[in-house]
Amino acid sequence: MPARVTVLGGGVGGTLTANLLSKQLGGNATVTLVDPVGMHVYQPGFLYVALGQANGRWLAQDERHLLRSDVQMLVERAVRVDPSRRTVMLEHGRTLDYDYLVVATGSRLAREEIAGLAEGSYDFYSLDGAIRLREALRSFSGGRIVMGVAGIPYKCPPAPVEFVFMLEEYLHRRGIRERSTITLASPLNRAFTIETTSKLVQPILEKRGIQLATFFNVESVIPEKKVVTSIEGEELPYDLLVLVPPHRGAQVVEDSALGDERGWIPVSRATLQHEQFDSIFALGDATNLPISKSGSTAHFEAPVVASQIAARISGTAPKENYGGRVMCFLETGHREATTIRFDYDHPPVSPNPSPLWHYAKWAFNRAYWMTVPQGRVA
Amino acid sequence: MKEVNEMAIETIDRRLDVKGFNCPIPIVKTAREMKTMSSGEFLEVLATDPGSVPDFAAWSKTTGNVIVEQSQDAGTYRFVLKKR
Repeated sequence: MPARVTVLGGGVGGTLTANLLSKQLGGNATVTLVDPVGMHVYQPGFLYVALGQANGRWLAQDERHLLRSDVQMLVERAVRVDPSRRTVMLEHGRTLDYDYLVVATGSRLAREEIAGLAEGSYDFYSLDGAIRLREALRSFSGGRIVMGVAGIPYKCPPAPVEFVFMLEEYLHRRGIRERSTITLASPLNRAFTIETTSKLVQPILEKRGIQLATFFNVESVIPEKKVVTSIEGEELPYDLLVLVPPHRGAQVVEDSALGDERGWIPVSRATLQHEQFDSIFALGDATNLPISKSGSTAHFEAPVVASQIAARISGTAPKENYGGRVMCFLETGHREATTIRFDYDHPPVSPNPSPLWHYAKWAFNRAYWMTVPQGRVA
Repeated sequence: MKEVNEMAIETIDRRLDVKGFNCPIPIVKTAREMKTMSSGEFLEVLATDPGSVPDFAAWSKTTGNVIVEQSQDAGTYRFVLKKR
């Protein structure tokens, strides 16, 4: 009887893992992917939508079209995992048995955790949010724009820095830069968590007249006074506030007690196997690993999870361990970008921003649908 | 390696273990914990991120919460902070 592998989540990590497993195992396994909506969303595009550089149409595709034909797909929400019985319960009562489970359920936004956030701020962490922000920016005619972070960890750590750079260019183009101030409120004493990258981008922020508010960890938003407060006791006034909302692990992870108090799943940093349950693997945003929550991370982890599971099913040694590899672009505005590449053993060294990396990012955005989910780029 | 500030530590009021977390989580968790403490109370923080040493120094300088003791043992950094 073929082994049963169930994959929860149709994002980059789940899709790629399912495709690789079905390719590697052929008839030795049945691979079933479960996703609540059945649409695959390219989340890095939200930033471009918010700034009017792209529309939402190219950001979503039918998940079925991205999966190999031998991967089964169920469009339904998984509501509970029982690791002792190796079952997944679906929303409408059906139960799936598995031999191996891949949890690629990503993260969810918990806007309700910060008082005033939903009423008083905008974000680019969902398509709806990005469209709302785009409309707010269109009617913005000058004033104080503040970009802050309302919870750690969050998806795509460079995104707030990218946003202020791209926003600065956007305001220039609209002819309202001189009538506006931009402030990046950072949780640390620098613009970005990675010190080497921070050293590269901070002089550019300064040159572009973008202010930096340091050690500003958002505590609340007071929409009626138009101020955002920090747990350090500071206040920043704004006319337009953009915040990265707090993130948590998926509801099914929390409800099944598979993760920590925020729903992040504890896994081995090398094999991505659950620390407690041998038949469960997790990847992407869903894990508690202290690395970036990003599509890039999931992209590099998926071959490891597929290799680990395929080896167990076929009785061979796994070919790959995860070395902490992450690679992402950081747009610095005015058609320039840099990159951030690192792994567990090598800290990042970012090249000077150049048009090359900006156009490489655009090429990647366009090529994504034909390459990453199918495993055509390593 | 041990550095002790001249301020006397009366008692450790709270403890925070952020071992295994990378920047900026140790600072963010510390800031959140400090927020719930009273002025003059002491917080002990254990971290493994080497970046926490300069980060805590800068955070202390900016926020006025003094590092009264700092040490390192087998890859674990220990900070004792006094709430301002």
